[in-house]
Amino acid sequence: MPDSTTFDKVAEIIAETCDIPRENIKPESHATRDLEIDSLDFLDIAFAIDKAFGIKLPLEQWTQEVNDGKATTDQYFVLKNLSSQIDQLVAAKGA
Amino acid sequence: MRLEYFQMIDRIVDADRGARRLRAACTIPTESTIFEGHFPGYPLMPGVLLTECMAQTTGWLICMLGDFSAMPFLAGIKEAKFRTLVFPGDALEFEGGIVHEGSGYTIAECKGLRDGAKVCDAELTFRIRPYPSPEFRRAFFEWGRRLNLPVPEFAK
Repeated sequence: MPDSTTFDKVAEIIAETCDIPRENIKPESHATRDLEIDSLDFLDIAFAIDKAFGIKLPLEQWTQEVNDGKATTDQYFVLKNLSSQIDQLVAAKGA
Repeated sequence: MRLEYFQMIDRIVDADRGARRLRAACTIPTESTIFEGHFPGYPLMPGVLLTECMAQTTGWLICMLGDFSAMPFLAGIKEAKFRTLVFPGDALEFEGGIVHEGSGYTIAECKGLRDGAKVCDAELTFRIRPYPSPEFRRAFFEWGRRLNLPVPEFAK
C-alpha cells in the first residue's frame, strides 16, 4: 500500500488545482475517467507533484507505454496507483 | 518586430545555458494595421501580443536548452500582468527563465522591460512535442540562428 500521506497530498493538489471537492477524490478514483481531469490540467497537477515531492513524473514514458499497449491508464492514473508510483520515484531519488 | 507575421523577436541579446535564461530585444513598429483598430487615434500594443513576445522569448530558450530536439507549444498562461501602456516605436527587452522542466512540459517565466522598467510579466506553460517534420525542424533551427540564438551546429 502506498503511504497514505502521499495520497492525501495528491488529493489536496488535485482539489486545489482543478477545483474538485476533496471528498470526491478517492484512492480508487481515475484522474481522467472519474474526475474528468484533462491533459492540460494534468500538467498543472504534474508540476505541483514534481515540486511537492522533488521528483519528475515520467509522463512521456507512461503515455508511450499506454499507447504501445504495454500498460493501462489505470496503472498510472488511478490515484492509489499514482501515489504508489510517486512513492517509488521518491525512494529511487533517495537511493 | 513583424507584427503581421507574428515574428515578435528582433534578436537574441544574451543566452545563458547554465543559468537557463535568455534575453531578447524587439522594437514595436510605428505602423501596423493592428494599431488602426487598437485604437483609432490612440495606438497601443495589445497585451495579448506582449504575451506572445514573452512566449516566443521563452520558446527560443527552451529550443536552445533542448538543442532543437523537440518543439515547445504554448499551453497555458498564468499571472499575466500588463503594468503600463506600450506604444508603437517602443524598444523592449524580454527576459525569460525556466521555472521547471517536467516530462513533456516546461514551465517558464518572462518579463518585458522598457528602459529597464518592467512593463509585463507572466508564467507560461509549454507542452514539448516532436517537430511536425525534419524540414520544419531545420527551418526552425535556421530561424533561431538568424535571431542570434547560440546554437552552433544542427544536431541530426
